[in-house]
Amino acid sequence: MADARPAATPVSADAENAPALGELLAEMTRARHWSTRLFNLQRQGRIGTTAPIDGEEAAVVGSAAAMDPAVDWAVPQYREPVGLGRFGEAVLRHTILYHSGHPDAGRYPAGVHVFPTQISIAAQIPHAVGLAWGMRLRRQPGVVLCYFGDGASSEGDFYEAANLAGVVRAPVILFCINNGWAISTPVRGQTAADSFAGKAAAAGIAGERVDGNDVVAVLEATAAARRRAAAGEGPTLIEAVTYRMGPHTTADDPTRYVPPDELELWRARDPIARLRRRLEEEGGWDDARQRALEEDADRRFDAALAAADATPLRTDCFIDSAYAQPTPELERQRRILGDAEAR
Amino acid sequence: MPVMTMLEAIRHTLHEEMARDERVMVLGQDVATLGGVFRATEGLRDRFGAERVVDMPLAEAAIVGASLGLAWSGMVPVAEIQFLGFTQQAFHQVAGQLARIRARTGGDRGCAATIRAPFGGGVRAPELHSDSLEAQFAQCPGLKIVAPASAADARGLLASAIRDPDPVLYLEPLRGYRAVKDEVPEGDHTVPLGQAREVRHGDDCVIIAWSAMVHTCLRAAAEVEAATGASVGVLDLRSLVPLDVESIVAAAVRTGRVVVAQEAPPTAGFASEVVTVVQENAFYSLEAPVARVSGFDTPYPPGMLEEHWVPDSHRVAAAVRRTLEARA
Repeated sequence: MADARPAATPVSADAENAPALGELLAEMTRARHWSTRLFNLQRQGRIGTTAPIDGEEAAVVGSAAAMDPAVDWAVPQYREPVGLGRFGEAVLRHTILYHSGHPDAGRYPAGVHVFPTQISIAAQIPHAVGLAWGMRLRRQPGVVLCYFGDGASSEGDFYEAANLAGVVRAPVILFCINNGWAISTPVRGQTAADSFAGKAAAAGIAGERVDGNDVVAVLEATAAARRRAAAGEGPTLIEAVTYRMGPHTTADDPTRYVPPDELELWRARDPIARLRRRLEEEGGWDDARQRALEEDADRRFDAALAAADATPLRTDCFIDSAYAQPTPELERQRRILGDAEAR
Repeated sequence: MPVMTMLEAIRHTLHEEMARDERVMVLGQDVATLGGVFRATEGLRDRFGAERVVDMPLAEAAIVGASLGLAWSGMVPVAEIQFLGFTQQAFHQVAGQLARIRARTGGDRGCAATIRAPFGGGVRAPELHSDSLEAQFAQCPGLKIVAPASAADARGLLASAIRDPDPVLYLEPLRGYRAVKDEVPEGDHTVPLGQAREVRHGDDCVIIAWSAMVHTCLRAAAEVEAATGASVGVLDLRSLVPLDVESIVAAAVRTGRVVVAQEAPPTAGFASEVVTVVQENAFYSLEAPVARVSGFDTPYPPGMLEEHWVPDSHRVAAAVRRTLEARA
């Protein structure tokens, strides 16, 4: 089957189990498609604020593709989960639950190695370093992939965690998605540093800048970082240079600050279109495949949405989820809630 | 039973817990080679090794934040922050992350980490070393807070904190480290979180306090009793979260007269929470307004002023006498 050959060719020597190009395109397409479905659900008033992934699919999917979901962990910020399908089918359902405001959103099934969505910028980076360090202390295999943005690299938590990662040689990959914007603040307002990858020097760890719209480059850089981390050679800070093609969130109006010509420039570098062109040129992709892929993405989203909608909601569950056992005071407060709802 | 200082009891418990469970690790600034600036972690590194007793970079948020990740890996971290005042530089990790992670996972996965920190005044320390910030942390649902006043409780509460599946802030009284000495039970001694302790029985009035202030209140109770013959009790909360509401209410109902003493500034301090608990649950048993004794609504002062700022036994005794004299 000649036309399938490019799609089945391994893309990285470092990542033995890395998906073929066709699967990467599929995962990236699904990520954008699902992000758009979420956006539309928000506009319909069915779910709350979401953060579209448009433009960042190669960075998220390519890095995740270098990981082994059986032993590795992903620690996202909030824009990435639609692109983390590699870590399990459940991630999409839980992403829908998250944007629906359902309390079970962060209750991933056992074996899904994804941290719950964490909003406070950069605060997840120390967690990722601690997790990676602890896995090594526990003699567990596995590497932690931690996502954050260009803006997060201005936070103290980033510097503290990167520094600690270097000191304890934590098997962690600090994956900075430089999408050009922290809401309305451009990169030049974020740092005077030449690159975000250069901040690795301050922590004494490896730093690498990669074309974040080239999924193969992202995958290879992440796979190499993963191999080093797993071999005890320490952490890596990867800066994936990409562009946020959409709004910061559904609540944002980027026309107030994104220069239209800059946006056009980056739209021309769309990572999905770019990979698709490559596959089409190599004869491994066509419109029919693309249509089938999008239909499949829709079916999967519909199924995940139905499952999310059917997830039971117990209105006093917040009383039970603050501590392993509710305190006596919380049990008293449960009765107040019950009385209020009985009226 | 051996007599220990609070510091010895804490150190002894860390040794015991690390020996009991190989997942327990100690991390913080200067905890390994030096054995802690107060020597609370002395001997741990030599006995348990540098992997489990770790000198950390000088970064409070990383110490606390990494503890969450360590806990998720299956380790049982006991983090030391050198002084409670410096937890301000990790507050977002305590309040925004460790305390919330269980709720964030729908109750599925918590963070079994303990954060130890000394607090309170009386040792002429530089700025920020003496602040009593417990009320700030009491507004962090998901976090437990304990503040022992005796060596026995230091032992029992620390063992319980380390074994607890939720994050626990373990507050150590700076001026009680070496000054407080008592008998510590041998063997596997734990004190459940959320149980107050009647330190001194009294029928006419009860003083409620925690940590170092318990000792100030014991002196005040003795002073008042010697001067007036009134029977004044002292209730040591031991645990602020969870709070032993039952014991507080029982003491208030029995005596009808309550004084709450804390070292922190008065406005929105934890004493105010205790006063509210009394008011809500024992109002009709009260024979006098509930009195509150505290520091002042100012930053903790420089050392030459601290004995004027921190409530002493005379200030507590004066509040007790006013409460005894009041007529409802």
